[in-house]
Amino acid sequence: MLFTVLSGLITSGLLIPFGKFFKSRWSVLLACLPILLFVYYFSYIPDISLGKTFNQEINWIPSLGVNLSFRLDGLSLLFSLLITGIGSLIVIYASAYLKGHQFLDRFFAYLLLFMSAMLGLVLSNNIILLFIFWELTSISSFFLIGFNNQQKESRKSALTALTITGIGGYFLLIGLLLIVYITGTASIDALFAQASFIQQHAYYPYIVGFVCLGAFTKSAQFPFHFWLPGAMKAPTPVSAYLHSATMVKAGIFVLARFTPILGNTELWSYTLLIAGGVTMVYAAIHSLFRTDLKGVLAYSTIAALGMLTFLLGLGTREALTAALVFIVAHALYKAALFLITGIIDHETGTRDLTLLSGLRKVLLPVFIAGTLAALSSAGLPLSIGFIGKDLIYEATLHGPQQLALYLTIIAVFTNVILVTVGFYAGIKPFLGPLPEAFQKVHLPYRAMWVPPLLLGILAFILGIFPHLLGGSLIQASLQVMDISTAPVNLKIWHGFNTVLLLSIGTLALGTIIYLVQKPTANKLAFIEKFNNLSPKHIFERMGALLLRFSDFYTNKIHNGYLRSYMLKIIIFAEVLIGYELLNSGPISIDFDKLSPISFYEGFNVLILIAAVLFTVSTRSRLSAVVGTSVIGYAICLIFVFYSAPDLAMTQFTIDTLTVVLFVLVLFRLPPFLNFANKLDKIRDGFVAISFGVILSIVALKVLQEPFETQVSDFYGQYAYSLAKGKNVVNVILVDFRGFDTMFEIVVLSIAALGVYSLLKLRLKSSEKE
Amino acid sequence: MELLLVFLIGVLYAAGVYLILRRSMVKLLLGIMLFGNATNILIFLLGNIVKGKPPIIGADFKVFQDIYADPIPQALILTAIVISFGLTAFAIVLLKRVYALINSDDLDDLNTPEEEDI
Repeated sequence: MLFTVLSGLITSGLLIPFGKFFKSRWSVLLACLPILLFVYYFSYIPDISLGKTFNQEINWIPSLGVNLSFRLDGLSLLFSLLITGIGSLIVIYASAYLKGHQFLDRFFAYLLLFMSAMLGLVLSNNIILLFIFWELTSISSFFLIGFNNQQKESRKSALTALTITGIGGYFLLIGLLLIVYITGTASIDALFAQASFIQQHAYYPYIVGFVCLGAFTKSAQFPFHFWLPGAMKAPTPVSAYLHSATMVKAGIFVLARFTPILGNTELWSYTLLIAGGVTMVYAAIHSLFRTDLKGVLAYSTIAALGMLTFLLGLGTREALTAALVFIVAHALYKAALFLITGIIDHETGTRDLTLLSGLRKVLLPVFIAGTLAALSSAGLPLSIGFIGKDLIYEATLHGPQQLALYLTIIAVFTNVILVTVGFYAGIKPFLGPLPEAFQKVHLPYRAMWVPPLLLGILAFILGIFPHLLGGSLIQASLQVMDISTAPVNLKIWHGFNTVLLLSIGTLALGTIIYLVQKPTANKLAFIEKFNNLSPKHIFERMGALLLRFSDFYTNKIHNGYLRSYMLKIIIFAEVLIGYELLNSGPISIDFDKLSPISFYEGFNVLILIAAVLFTVSTRSRLSAVVGTSVIGYAICLIFVFYSAPDLAMTQFTIDTLTVVLFVLVLFRLPPFLNFANKLDKIRDGFVAISFGVILSIVALKVLQEPFETQVSDFYGQYAYSLAKGKNVVNVILVDFRGFDTMFEIVVLSIAALGVYSLLKLRLKSSEKE
Repeated sequence: MELLLVFLIGVLYAAGVYLILRRSMVKLLLGIMLFGNATNILIFLLGNIVKGKPPIIGADFKVFQDIYADPIPQALILTAIVISFGLTAFAIVLLKRVYALINSDDLDDLNTPEEEDI
């Protein structure tokens, strides 16, 4: 299993060096990979149907409990087959759809990366691993959605999708980490056994909240749904793949995966029921008002996702069965509808429902595929959609008694609209008269129209022989999610009952709405009036606010002016030290211990202070340098007075050198310009003086402390006996701390090299202004 | 005398900070130098201040016979003076180069804020 996940990643990587080869005509060869994977997983069906699970574990970071641990059971097999099966068709389709595209190799690299991430996600048996793949799907889908990166809208949609799913991923991570924290294990296998422990834990509500937030953002549940219609900016094969079988189903998969661990509580059920219910009704209504084919499909996808969440929330065995069947049914017809939309867009150059008509005359096989998909989506008997719909009604009718009626009503409502929009997308463009503009439309490459046709036919094969699906995959998946092992029996014919009545009613109502209601530009304009209230708008407003805040922050705090940084750092230091000083109690100094002031010492300090004032206030650069040198020499005298001959010598030498260097290098500079206004000067002066005062107080505190002479005594004691030197300062520097001095010399040499090379470096003519 | 030094430290720090907050690069550099000097004296104050008793062992002895000035702050300051010279020397030459390039001593001329192109 590890290899199946890695193969996509490896192929994706191989496209970097060998991209040119595949870019030309051999891109269709890439479909071999998903087809092989599909066959590989297909061969597992018999074993999995018997209820077996396959595990594979490879140590990765055992110390953190994160291992490459995979688990193939019914649920992951179901998803793996969808991912690889539809993936194969998408790769074939895209090789024709994007033929000759400049970055075709890049496209396939992203697509395969995404496919591997999805496979990894559904196969993970370690929730941290699951999270890693989850994020990988977000990132690779970012590249796919923003594939047309020369369009601003496309970049924006990709960023929105990444932001929303990224935020969701963050919440999911919190939820998963909480699970690991309370149970001490990250293995899904082990968590199954701890379900009741987790559900009774005080953190359980938080876990449910965070995991659901993660799943809802990914699966486009209200109010996070808006990234999905935006993501329609992607090339159509991407939309088909992401929104039928993979990306958006990842959230559903996680909810399904965690159903046996977190599910079957009121909190879980109501959270999912409410989120799913609101989403499906909201999105269904919206889908009626769209004129863009992909927009219609986007909203109907959201509605379908809402339906799935809703069914998982219901949580009964019937509901789970319905959800699983509906996942398959939806993946098949939605992928087909998207692919058909792609063909229409590719051939006619428009996706506007109000313009498209009569295409059956020129695109007959596509029309057949569209009809099959639309009928499956409508739930015509003999299609898999019909069985899915039946199961949904059965589940809602048998739901909790006080709710059953309402649940059924919103399920019917959503389904009626899904019937209508399915017809919009799959049938409407093909009926009616063929406009002049589309006369020359011709059938595209076979690689483009065969995949949707296959999907449409498959929807009916599975519908006619539902046991193919029910007895094997659905049964095995259900076994993972539900304890009871009663066999699943999917039937075409349930007999005359309420469910059948509802199904037929739904179909009839949907058809009637389709016949009387046509999408028009007016309706689109009408719904767009509400844009100001939509979550998308609110999200964008929040984004704009954040941008303004960071603008403000940057200008105020991080503005790139050195003195502004210095000012903030110094004020911060003042506050910090000042606070500490206030807390440290009063200062008491023993004045008797202080040494007396002699006349020449006092005079020296006076000179020093005068030089400081002169340096600060002078307008001339040279006199400022002279002032600094006077300060240096005066300090040198202080060292002389207080028994530090080495310091005095060093200070004298260095100060002289500095002045010489300064004058040599800078004598040509103009006098100081007065940049600052008076207010700034007063502010800076205030900050500077308070800093001086605070540091003086610190110095006083130092005086108050008793001297610690232990270390000095050590050096005094052993300077001669160990190092044979009598100047203790020198001995410390060259002997006791010899290494420090050596590195100091290294630092100086580097500085000298820098000085030398900067002096030697000639200005290039381009650098002269 | 120590109190006088304490006052001196305050003056040097204040002057140093004030100069660091200027826009001129030369002033910035002078400010850093004053800052360094102030710090040196602060460290000097950490040891006991003694007059005329350098930490040098007498010619005929192997250990100190009398009280003596603390050698550790002196060793520290010596290092600091030398290192700060390295910094100053490099900064001076760098200043010259900057001046040659942009013909200005104004720190703000060095800023090339990114255009708002995000």
